[in-house]
Amino acid sequence: MKAKVYVTIKQNVLDPQGSAVQGALHSMGFDEVGKVRIGKFLELNLSTSDRTEAEARLTAMCEKLLANTVIEDYRFELEG
Amino acid sequence: MKFAVLVFPGSNCDIDCYKAVEDTIGQSVDYVWHTATDLSAYDAILVPGGFSYGDYLRCGAIARFAPVMSEVVKAAEQGKFILGICNGFQILTEAGLLPGALRRNNGMKFICAQTQLEVVNNTSAFTGEYNKGEIIDIPIAHGEGNYYCDEETLAQLKKNNQIVFRYAGDTNPNGSIENIAGICNERGNVVGMMPHPERAVDEILGSADGKRMFTSILNAWREQHGAAVNG
Repeated sequence: MKAKVYVTIKQNVLDPQGSAVQGALHSMGFDEVGKVRIGKFLELNLSTSDRTEAEARLTAMCEKLLANTVIEDYRFELEG
Repeated sequence: MKFAVLVFPGSNCDIDCYKAVEDTIGQSVDYVWHTATDLSAYDAILVPGGFSYGDYLRCGAIARFAPVMSEVVKAAEQGKFILGICNGFQILTEAGLLPGALRRNNGMKFICAQTQLEVVNNTSAFTGEYNKGEIIDIPIAHGEGNYYCDEETLAQLKKNNQIVFRYAGDTNPNGSIENIAGICNERGNVVGMMPHPERAVDEILGSADGKRMFTSILNAWREQHGAAVNG
């Protein structure tokens, strides 16, 4: 089973990288761009076929290591 | 008094910390590798700066699960003195020993510069030798020192006098909330700070203002153990 994990800075926490990219896009003429948020994308191959178990284990992985929940949110998708 | 300087793969201020202990207070000090599983011999633990595990994923995120860290948690519970500097501060927040998190500097740049710090709390074991409100000259060297915590946590920090250092005046280099440069836990035995006191222990380094952090720790330990206190 394959998991895709998305980690993003919380909405109420300033994302300096996103702000810098937003500024660059504006200076290039892409004026329609509003807020930009930069995050992380992780792909994990899991040796399990039990979806419920995989979800529980992934939640634990995100809470413990993959995201810092003080400043980041996470979500994941399971495939296969 | 016995000091441990933790060493992770990627630590690069471990030698500075070791030398600072030797040169300022002349106490026993050992390097302790991240795989160590016993810190019971030590009275103080320094978690040095650097780029543990290459800052992969997040600064300090992987170091926080090194075997030695469960010993650091134990030592914190026992009331031993723990000082995290720069990456060490990041590791201590990731480990949950200190509240909040360190974000990317708001100007995106890695900043290596002297900074002026205001000593906000001089009642901690680490700052007893300073005067409250004193401005000291300590360098920073970080790309991710932009301290953040939610409002509830900030109120707690203020209520419990846990803000130890602030960047003085309008000199906030990284965007940290309330100009916070260093904090301690509620009990006061764990301190984390982005600036590097170990790089400011002699005038030849540009400042000797960091020296008193080390003499403060020694005095606090001596007071605990009924030994003579340095004037």
